[in-house]
Amino acid sequence: MYAQMVKSESADDSAEAKAFQERIDAGEKIEPKDWMPAGYRKTLIRQIGQHAHSEIVGQLPEGNWITRAPTLERKAILLAKVQDEAGHGLYLYCAAETLGVSRDELTEMLLDGRMKYSSIFNYPTLTWADMGAVGWLVDGAAIMNQVPLQRTSFGPYSRAMIRICKEESFHQRQGYDIMMKMAAGTPEQKAMAQNALNRFWYPSLMMFGPSDKDSIHSTQSMAWKIKMNTNDELRQKFVDQTVPQAEYLGLTVPDETLKWNEEKGGYDFAEPDWDEFFEVIKGNGPCNTERLAARNKAWDDGKWVRDGLLAHAEKRAIKKVAAE
Amino acid sequence: MSSPNSAYPDTPETRTKPKRHEWPLWEVFIRGQHGMSHRHVGSLHAPDEEMAIKNARDVYTRRNEGVSIWVVEARHIAASSPSEKGPLYEPSESKVYRHPTFFDIPDEVGAM
Amino acid sequence: MAQVDQAQLFEFLCRMGDNTLVLGHRVSEWCGLAPVLEEDIALANTALDLIGQTQMWLGLAGEVEGKGRSADDLAMLRDVWDFRNVLLVEQPNGDFGQTMMRQFLFDAWHLAVLTALAESSNDRIAAIAAKAVKEVQYHVERSGDTVIGLGDGTSESHQRMQKALNLLWPYVGEMFVTDAVDDAMAKAGIAPDLATLRAAFDTHVGGILTEATLTIPDGKFTHKGGKTGFQHSEHLGHMLTQMQWLQRAYPGATW
Repeated sequence: MYAQMVKSESADDSAEAKAFQERIDAGEKIEPKDWMPAGYRKTLIRQIGQHAHSEIVGQLPEGNWITRAPTLERKAILLAKVQDEAGHGLYLYCAAETLGVSRDELTEMLLDGRMKYSSIFNYPTLTWADMGAVGWLVDGAAIMNQVPLQRTSFGPYSRAMIRICKEESFHQRQGYDIMMKMAAGTPEQKAMAQNALNRFWYPSLMMFGPSDKDSIHSTQSMAWKIKMNTNDELRQKFVDQTVPQAEYLGLTVPDETLKWNEEKGGYDFAEPDWDEFFEVIKGNGPCNTERLAARNKAWDDGKWVRDGLLAHAEKRAIKKVAAE
Repeated sequence: MSSPNSAYPDTPETRTKPKRHEWPLWEVFIRGQHGMSHRHVGSLHAPDEEMAIKNARDVYTRRNEGVSIWVVEARHIAASSPSEKGPLYEPSESKVYRHPTFFDIPDEVGAM
Repeated sequence: MAQVDQAQLFEFLCRMGDNTLVLGHRVSEWCGLAPVLEEDIALANTALDLIGQTQMWLGLAGEVEGKGRSADDLAMLRDVWDFRNVLLVEQPNGDFGQTMMRQFLFDAWHLAVLTALAESSNDRIAAIAAKAVKEVQYHVERSGDTVIGLGDGTSESHQRMQKALNLLWPYVGEMFVTDAVDDAMAKAGIAPDLATLRAAFDTHVGGILTEATLTIPDGKFTHKGGKTGFQHSEHLGHMLTQMQWLQRAYPGATW
């Protein structure tokens, strides 16, 4: 998901750790000053940080079309949506900060490649239909993961997710709304919509990460309630939800093997190309270089602004003290 | 934040770099339109209190959530300690207000 | 409501709407790239306000024109010489300081104009201005604070802000130059006489710039040609190639 392949630390078997696990099992929320296993803290910092980075980097592929939006209303909606992503990144960084890491520190780890963001944002947005596909598929996949995370065990993360889910409710709809307009539009628009689905289908399936049925990391994270479902569960749910939506649009999911399986009550579908996924994670996706370069440039170009405003605030504070 | 990297031990130490000069963290409290008390809604960074209020307006009232904003620098908040055994770390003393019985955020912020 | 030439009224409304259209577009270019998350979000709010105002101004302009053109038609299907925004707002973003200086200089003028327009003899215009003025009061507070903070920040931020002011100051005068359209609007009580707003603008802007430790450059020279449409800068055309591209490439499609 936005936090793909987060490596989980293991628990220790101290008395504190046992009591901690009992609190989680009882549905209690863990708060920043509570005792927590070192592994829980580290895993959360990784996961929340990666989630926050994904929101921020995720501004770029959609931001790519704000200045080319076809109508004033579309421009306003898209801008508001991308702005929300900045807000969501901000909430998540704040949640991570309660664990004892600062936002600037997390930012630097993103910028120098020590921390990752979701693979999906390394794919290009080439036509206006991509704005529809991203909202429909990418936000749709993200919501699948974020809704259960509202119940996660760590209080600040849970509260951030509640706020994010509330705000995100319009994101997927605006994407689908774009797709409906395109699918019902001119032949060129419909072709554009199909083309966007063709390109974004498998990268969207990759968002859930490779199968983690047997992963020890995943088991620990689920016991700690910082991961609520397996990757495969969520991917299946996403496919089952999305296929009828594609049919409604009159678009074809680019998977010849796609077939309803009565027995399991869900679709059978083709796995994405996991080699491609690992290449993207390694930095070889179509836009990895551009995305990181854009974030680095924004951060470097903004330094004088951050320093300038802080210097002014400090001057004023000194004057204020002197006046008192 | 006394020692961030102790909370993130697999992060390479960056002691060779000068200490970060970051914008302070502020806690934001908003009173909605229904006459209820100010409620903690989240945090943000700002160079001073005036910009913190403005940033809070831009960040936390994008959907007409509030009519009155309070901000306080996180390090100035005092709070009670949880009754758990001694903390393994002393994480950000500044952020203990996040205790749930104190600042529970409802599912629907509109119901503030 | 006083009688006024409808073509002149259309022209006036295009000036208001094109200013917000072009500036809103420029500000939206920052999305995802601002110096800090809080500024990114704040800039988007400003852009969203300006886009909303554009829809109202150009929507009314289309009605007044009476040829069935919508706000989108006016925004997406006119060419450079039909645009009526002042040159200031079409200037490129430059660095963040240049963007905020441009914003502040425009906001200060915009607030003065909208405050007066809220008392317009034309009810529709008064209603739009009454809504917009609340948004712009906040814009100018925020841009003014930022100009002060950066002007009186570090030596680097001071130098950058002074450079931005030197670059943009010669575009201020155009906002106060009047022509036959302005005269007709003032006479009909629709819009203020722009010349009467200058003194208060100078006091307002002068106060902020002094606090920012910045110096207004000497000289009375002013660039002109945007609001009349006679001669825009080259920047506007490039902006339109992006903004209008989809509508031009796929004529007649709905989005």
